[in-house]
Amino acid sequence: MQIESDDRMPLRTSDDVVRVRQAVRARAVASGFSLVDQTKIVTAASEIARNTVDYGGGGELRIEALRNGQRRGVRLTFSDSGPGIRDIDQAMRDGYTTGNGLGLGLSGAKRLCNEFDIKSTAGSGTTVTIARWT
Amino acid sequence: MSDRENIILRLIDRHSQRLLRDWLAYQQREAKYGGTQREAETAELARRFLDQLRASARIAQFEDVETIEWRPIRELLEDLSRDRAVQGFSPTETATFIFSLKEPLFALLREELRDDTERLVRETSTTSRLIDRLGLYTIECYARTREEVIRRQQQELLELSTPVVELWDGILALPLIGTLDSARTQIVMESLLQHIVNSGAEIAIIDITGVPTVDTLVAQHLIKTISAARLMGADCILSGIRPQIAQTIVHLGLELNVVSKATMADALALALRRSGKAITERKQPAAPGSS
Repeated sequence: MQIESDDRMPLRTSDDVVRVRQAVRARAVASGFSLVDQTKIVTAASEIARNTVDYGGGGELRIEALRNGQRRGVRLTFSDSGPGIRDIDQAMRDGYTTGNGLGLGLSGAKRLCNEFDIKSTAGSGTTVTIARWT
Repeated sequence: MSDRENIILRLIDRHSQRLLRDWLAYQQREAKYGGTQREAETAELARRFLDQLRASARIAQFEDVETIEWRPIRELLEDLSRDRAVQGFSPTETATFIFSLKEPLFALLREELRDDTERLVRETSTTSRLIDRLGLYTIECYARTREEVIRRQQQELLELSTPVVELWDGILALPLIGTLDSARTQIVMESLLQHIVNSGAEIAIIDITGVPTVDTLVAQHLIKTISAARLMGADCILSGIRPQIAQTIVHLGLELNVVSKATMADALALALRRSGKAITERKQPAAPGSS
């Protein structure tokens, strides 16, 4: 698997969430994603990015364009150094939220992607990695 | 006041006319767009700047333009950059006003200190630093003004981009465009509810053709708007759901609990049907002249 590009961008305010959506869409278009796949990865990115800003207190996003033979993909890594998630299984459950959202962001994002990984340590932050392939 | 600062002052005092003339000539050469009115304005500004520079340099440290003694100069530069930013000057054109003072000033220094190379270098670098700082300050002011303009436009966009349209008697349409952040959704919702009250409409069509991404936050805003409209006695129809958005909503696991249609036309047809109206084709073509 090759990495074709590797960019980082800050995630501090809700304006950054908008910029993340635009950057991810541009990356997905450049990687030849279909309209449906573009929309899926952009929506998933929007969910996780908002979690990073709202619950993680801000962090950064790493956007990588991948190639594996004929298949091309986009991998996004969101990391923050916020309070972390104590019970990941609970956080991944539909409808569970500690804020006032719908509680569908994490689980929905997982359903929108081909790969999903979440690592969190209470007190030292959360890293979510998602990837989608053409 | 040290002797070092003295020399610049002395030069400006002694050669003020020549300095001004050379400076303006430099500016005119650098300027892309001219005009007698602009030249007159620039000349007036330059004269005021030199006067003020003399006054400030007499009492102030050359090293630090942040001090109170430099305030008149800073205010002058603020005015200049604000005017120019609003008039659409580029940052380069704006800062050229200050930076073009270097050449004529250095020329004077060169003549004055022809026999003292070491001092010439020292004076040149001091003067250069001062002008650089003033130039950077000008650019900062310019950027600040531009940011203000952008912020104001954002506010205007917020108001502009949320029109509620009356499609038919009792049928309202709300075409949403762009990113639905919390601030905008709030305005959209208020504006829709107000229109429902004013018009007594019973059906509101919310069209999301222009919303690029529907994630859980957007969905939550929509659900809240639809519930609030329902409480006001109006039913909502969601329209403009494109195939990719529909698939994404399903994967996210969102339940919108609202009647939805693919296009605004379908939604309008449904709304008319519900309110017992119909649009039919005319049986016969109208005779010319009659209406």
